Amino acid sequence: MNQLNNFSKGFFRENPILVLLLGTCPTLAVTSSAINGLGMGLATTFVLFMSNVFISLVKDFVPDKVRIPAFVVVIASFVTIVDLLMQAYTPALSKQLGIFIPLIVVNCIVLGRAEAFAAKNNVFSSFIDGLGMGLGFAMALVIIGGIREILGAGSIFGYKFIAEGADGILVFILAPGAFITLGFLIAILKKVNKSSK
Amino acid sequence: MEYVIIIISAIFVNNIVLAQFLGICPFLGVSTKTETAIGMGASVLFVMTLATIVTFLVHQYILVPLNLAFLQTISFILIIAALVQMLEIILKKVSPALYQALGIYLPLITTNCAVLGVAILVIKKDFNLAESVVFTVATAIGFALALVIFSGIREQLALADVPKGMKGIPIALVTAGILALAFMGFAGLV
Repeated sequence: MNQLNNFSKGFFRENPILVLLLGTCPTLAVTSSAINGLGMGLATTFVLFMSNVFISLVKDFVPDKVRIPAFVVVIASFVTIVDLLMQAYTPALSKQLGIFIPLIVVNCIVLGRAEAFAAKNNVFSSFIDGLGMGLGFAMALVIIGGIREILGAGSIFGYKFIAEGADGILVFILAPGAFITLGFLIAILKKVNKSSK
Repeated sequence: MEYVIIIISAIFVNNIVLAQFLGICPFLGVSTKTETAIGMGASVLFVMTLATIVTFLVHQYILVPLNLAFLQTISFILIIAALVQMLEIILKKVSPALYQALGIYLPLITTNCAVLGVAILVIKKDFNLAESVVFTVATAIGFALALVIFSGIREQLALADVPKGMKGIPIALVTAGILALAFMGFAGLV
């Protein structure tokens, strides 16, 4: 039951983007379509649960004083692995996401979970926590990407549903649309959370 | 001429915050007062320029000759973190006044993705050292500009009658969106 709770908190109650407002940079930058959001979300999920597991394994050997630099090196290593894997197997997606893959290193969610959860809990809990948080992050990215793609390009996951030759509301795939979509989404979620209490 | 294009492009057309989405956290976090926005902007200018010079040299003269370019991410983040720490210690000793002014922003900058982002961008764009420095300074000015404009708007926004659910971050994001829309007017300038 407790593990289920660890897993599910990342989706709504403590959703990293929509509630905790961590990792806004990649959120805004890569969500011009649902598929980009999914790619970024899964890459971050991988880094998140791998580094969570690894950090909870080594937490007893790492002196408290050099904790943060040690964690950053662990995270950077996994980010490099993801970066190289994506360049090899999904070159198109890797090109689309550009420098935001190496920038997973400075995504506050990853270091935040390492510091707040993995450094204090056992391996299995940390694994569950990383997976839940990562998938919650991915879910939020896909929702934002989906909304922007539907409004901006009239398609979803690349499948176009408006008439040939018709355009979407272009501003939503461009930079301003990212800010506006996230702003309204947070406002709606705040309202929903409040009325469900 | 080439430099002018780099400068205008980095400040206005590809503004790092409003067009490239780097450094959003400090953009939203420290933009409630113009005074703190200026302090943050200055600190970022300082750290970003230093960091890019060091990472550029390390990449060019250590990582590439040794065929270790894949260690880019790890080495850059460590260099930036160490540099910020060192800067804090040196400033404290050499110029207490400057330390007083910038001190509280320095630790925040380590996790500012704009600094690492620019260091990586410079490598990606194949700039030489002079171009890198010009690009970095211009980018940091663009960051400071966006931050100061945004803080001015937010100071006014605090007085406005905003719908309850939109208060705080949501309205700030929508405002940033409109500001980004304004900056899109510069597209096609270069």
